[in-house]
Amino acid sequence: MSTQQLNAEARRRKGSLERKKTLVALSFIAPNFIGFALFTLIPVVVAVFMSMTEWNGGSLASMKWVGLDNYAKLFAVPQRYIDRLENPNFFSILGVFFERVDIGIALKNTVTYTIITVPLTLICSIVLALVLNKAVKGAVAFRAILFFPYVSSTVAICVCWNFMMMKNGPINQLLMFFGSTFNKTWTADSTMAIWAVIVVSVWKSMGYYMVIYLAALQGIPRELYEAATVDGANKWQQFRSITLPQLSPTTFFVSVMLIIGCFKVYDTVALMTGGGPGRATKMLVTYTIDEFNAFKYGSACAIAMVLLVLVLTVTLIQFRMEKKFSAD
Amino acid sequence: MSEKALSSGRAIRPTNYTAGKIGKVLLYAALILLSVVTLIPFVWMLSASLKLDREVFEFPIRWIPQTFHWENYSLIWTKAPMLMYAKNTAIVAICVTFIQTLTSSFAAYSFAKLEFKGRDTLFLCYIATIAVPWQAYMIPQFIEFRAIGLYDKLSAIMVLQAFSAFGVFLMRQFYRGIPTELCEAARIDGLSEYGIWAVIMLPLSKAAIATLVIFTFIGTWNDYMGPMIYLTTESVKTIQVGLRRFIQENSSDYHLIMAASVVSLIPVSAVFLCLQRYFIEGIATSGLKG
Repeated sequence: MSTQQLNAEARRRKGSLERKKTLVALSFIAPNFIGFALFTLIPVVVAVFMSMTEWNGGSLASMKWVGLDNYAKLFAVPQRYIDRLENPNFFSILGVFFERVDIGIALKNTVTYTIITVPLTLICSIVLALVLNKAVKGAVAFRAILFFPYVSSTVAICVCWNFMMMKNGPINQLLMFFGSTFNKTWTADSTMAIWAVIVVSVWKSMGYYMVIYLAALQGIPRELYEAATVDGANKWQQFRSITLPQLSPTTFFVSVMLIIGCFKVYDTVALMTGGGPGRATKMLVTYTIDEFNAFKYGSACAIAMVLLVLVLTVTLIQFRMEKKFSAD
Repeated sequence: MSEKALSSGRAIRPTNYTAGKIGKVLLYAALILLSVVTLIPFVWMLSASLKLDREVFEFPIRWIPQTFHWENYSLIWTKAPMLMYAKNTAIVAICVTFIQTLTSSFAAYSFAKLEFKGRDTLFLCYIATIAVPWQAYMIPQFIEFRAIGLYDKLSAIMVLQAFSAFGVFLMRQFYRGIPTELCEAARIDGLSEYGIWAVIMLPLSKAAIATLVIFTFIGTWNDYMGPMIYLTTESVKTIQVGLRRFIQENSSDYHLIMAASVVSLIPVSAVFLCLQRYFIEGIATSGLKG
């Protein structure tokens, strides 16, 4: 055998070895990937397509391609509302869009809910983490207690909070003790309903983010505090100029997770207010499910795409910012 | 991040001994107050579950019922098949946890320790879908499931939950921390890749597996939206949708609703209490959830 032949033989062997290695590697992934591709990947692609069709879930033949019609219908402000305006300009029409049009209301509610819930959860979880970080005895027990709402089932706790926030319920009793005059069922009141959902959301998730903050707190080098003490900085100054800045990557990460979580809110709303009273707590996902239940599959998918765009935008921003964080 | 300090749940900071005592008392007072506030809904739930219907909204509130009405807890079983709901949920949760853990750790081994063309692209594909909310594609998924005859079947919920990208991600992160030399040594000793996975990787990843198991189990047990969309027949309902139906049908029996709620919380609380360390530390180290 010539050297050339030998080389060719070796290359062939190496090639088949490579192929075998790849096959083995793929065989590990296959069981998960097949399930994943069938039940996640394909539906994701189909969702985009379906948002451009009209279909009531009947036979596939009855599915009708409508292009961007669903989106146009979703975002259109009906002429009768515009006619009623004294001075129809861009801003007044935009106002009507957020006041009257379903998707506008859902967007407004979702964003309002997000804007209030995110900072409240951040503050609560930082405070919990700071207090727990100092404790020596029983820290594990306290940590488990504060975390517990996160693992408890939404249905049970939502109905419990619903009862507690009813007329004459313990929450209203407590507030009246402190001088409040409000004694109505929260979830039936158009201004308080969203607050009912917010309170439960913050209460439920603060323990989870507390755990993330605890881990971050323990990563702050102790020397920083020692140096600050030597320089005569008090506790508050230390908190402001060491703890908070050191926590900022965590705060950023937690904020992104919270924002995405808030955009996707469904369970708490569905179980507490059902999107009501009226449309006071109608959210993007609540709206999707409403359309889905009304067999308007195309339109439901279009709303879901609005949610997808929002979530992906936040994720993209996170990607960009994270690069900046790691570059610093 | 200091793992040691985390696992014992304590952090030792230099403390000033003169102010230390008062600080300690205040600290524990704050902790106890925060814990009480956190637990109050559960206490109220428990208290209401032992009262009579009309006592629930008494004014002013009475935290400890005058007489304990334990019969509420036997009454709920006659009003709804709670045990069947619990059984259905347990079946789903156990199957999902099993499939999820097995396939995830299998795939994660390949992503973390084997080299092949297109590995990173494929993994990126996985990661990208973590960012896509389930709500965005649940409708086509629903139609697909209905087409293959999974609608209104428990297996729908199993398939729904069992192949998440999150599990693969979590396990891969952990496997990357295991020295590759271990695998290479085993390869030289003639162990196949499957052997390495079974003999070396699995036993070394107990902590990660515990995290994934408890995440998946609790997530599946508490899932409301999936079963709400897929399950309509009474005999296949899970505890969450079952409880929801119970609430709707007995909407003014506050005491019974609270008793049923307490019952629905018991299994998951038990699992959490036993494995809470793995759960909480899993979050602290992986830092995310799907």
